[in-house]
Amino acid sequence: MSHETYLFSRMAREDVHTLKGYEAQGGYQAFKKILSEGTSPTDVTGIVKDSGLRGRGGAGFPTGLKWSFMPDPTKDSRTRYMAVNADESEPGTCKDRILMERDPHGLLEGCMIAAWAMGLAGIYIYVRGEYRLSYARLDEAIQEARAAGLIGENIMGSDFSCEVQMHKGAGAYICGEETGLMESLEGKRGHPRPKPPFPAGFGLWGQPTTVNNVESIFNVPFILERGSDWFKTMGTEKSPGNFLCGVSGHVEKPGVYEIALGTPASTILNEYAGGVWRGRELRAWIPGGSSTGFLRPEVIDTPMDHDSVKAVGSMFGTGAMIILDQTASVVHSALVLMNFYEHESCGQCSQCREGTEWLAQVFQRIHDGQGRMEDIDLLTDIANGMAPGKTICALADAAAIPTHSVIRNFRDELVEYVQEGGHAAVSKKRSLPLEVV
Amino acid sequence: MALTDALKEEFTELASHYPKRQAALIPALHRCQEDLGGWLSPEIIESVAEWFEMEPVEVFSVASFYPMFFLKPVGKHIVSVCRNISCDLRGSEELFERVCQVTGAKAGANSTDGNFYVEQVECQGGCANAPMMVLDGIYHEDLTPDKAEAILGSLKR
Ligand SMILES: Cc1cc2nc3c(=O)[nH]c(=O)nc-3n(C[C@H](O)[C@H](O)[C@H](O)COP(=O)(O)O)c2cc1C
Ligand code: SF4
Ligand code: FES
Repeated sequence: MSHETYLFSRMAREDVHTLKGYEAQGGYQAFKKILSEGTSPTDVTGIVKDSGLRGRGGAGFPTGLKWSFMPDPTKDSRTRYMAVNADESEPGTCKDRILMERDPHGLLEGCMIAAWAMGLAGIYIYVRGEYRLSYARLDEAIQEARAAGLIGENIMGSDFSCEVQMHKGAGAYICGEETGLMESLEGKRGHPRPKPPFPAGFGLWGQPTTVNNVESIFNVPFILERGSDWFKTMGTEKSPGNFLCGVSGHVEKPGVYEIALGTPASTILNEYAGGVWRGRELRAWIPGGSSTGFLRPEVIDTPMDHDSVKAVGSMFGTGAMIILDQTASVVHSALVLMNFYEHESCGQCSQCREGTEWLAQVFQRIHDGQGRMEDIDLLTDIANGMAPGKTICALADAAAIPTHSVIRNFRDELVEYVQEGGHAAVSKKRSLPLEVV
Repeated sequence: MALTDALKEEFTELASHYPKRQAALIPALHRCQEDLGGWLSPEIIESVAEWFEMEPVEVFSVASFYPMFFLKPVGKHIVSVCRNISCDLRGSEELFERVCQVTGAKAGANSTDGNFYVEQVECQGGCANAPMMVLDGIYHEDLTPDKAEAILGSLKR
């Protein structure tokens, strides 16, 4: 369980959220070096590309490659932006918050390196409205960095200028989807936009824009400082580096752990999170946030990286593991999630608006003991009508994937609910004698 | 309630962060809700619309999209209990029941004494410290019904 850590490395120091504390630990050296040595923007993007860093916001898209999609500034003189996605609202996911609250300058340094690489004029950090401390810490950090000449006009006396602004959301999951985020940032309802056009060509106010997750950007200064070869010594060939793994649900020690990509889920569960709580058995687990679906205990040794999790029929997602013990119910948790997706669907696409509503209704019926055997196939049909690729954004997929996973991996439980008369009966059967509790 | 000059000044400052004024709308609505009585009344919506040179119905349409904005009066203290998966697995249902009991409010409603507004909300990013609630904007994590009762009890007169 000992491996090199870097994401959390500075946090032992109490005052790392201040400029003084950050600089005392070598902060802003990577950015200053790029500026003073005049490393070309293409070279900076090249290093990020070569590191193999993949986005930590859910889709795992290579960060350097995304940056390279921004149009060539010699041919396209429009103003360029980045939006940092700090909307963090995928159920189970609680990692970006720690980075922003504890080490905000680390994110800002990543932002400034991205600004140099992509020739950005402005960066907006879109923080979900509930994250008050994240907002306050970042806002203070921006002011400190601006006063120190690291953000704003003529940075470090050069002719490079870039502004960073905080932007507060107001609590809608869909604003985490990158085009919903841009609409929301423009002061509208957070309705995702059809793609194409992609943000790199037509983003904020129609200008070239890149959207990246907090943790993705937070990795960047380390890569620039220590090199892409160093980065590739951690993790796997296709998913290098460490990631922040939030572990929640029925474990002894829930928490957010810094883990090398490719570490088996069982190691994370047992050696970091203290195992399934109360000495119980594992019923089911979710590998990467609510949208990635329920997996069986038999595959708990799956390495946590993009390819390995995909190979067992799921997705790495946000790397947020959710653990269900033997007394829990997959049908019940699936119902909780379907109510969530129904609530959060923005309603633009009928497949998603109606599909999420139907899924919630059918799961409710099965849960309440009014389900029929045909309902299991009905769930499949509804989910097939929603995804993949049938709607403007992937929220419909995010509801369809867990549905398919329940049918594929926990059909026995659905049948049990139908036959035994629903949640009350099933959970009574599963409850343990008092002494075990 | 009308916009104060101080708020209008803040709007001007907020709007200077963006190439288009409307981008400051959501941050501005937050500031109104914070300073002008905890919810967005039709009068507030109207004066915000005037400042942004928008139709009131457009501002209403934006405000109503976002769960953090209240379009009806809310109690003095706002209690939001997470009901999503990680909290549900660790007892958010019992937590919510107790919160309702202690405050005397029902889901999505105010207590009769107007002291509390209680709601269930989706994941708040506190999953590793579940179950949790947000009380007047402050996170309370690793809760039990008893802990929540103690926290809320101190607010009751
Ligand atoms: C419904 C939905 C919600 C999303 N929520 C978030 C979120 O809260 N935070 C995030 O970083 N990405 C979220 N994403 C992914 C973003 O669309 C986008 O892929 C990501 O921010 C890109 O950053 P990355 O390449 O650095 O991972 C969401 C996607 C969907 C479809
Ligand atoms: S898929 Fe759902 S959330 Fe996404 S745009 Fe369509 S209706 Fe809205
Ligand atoms: S599920 Fe409750 S805070 Fe995330």
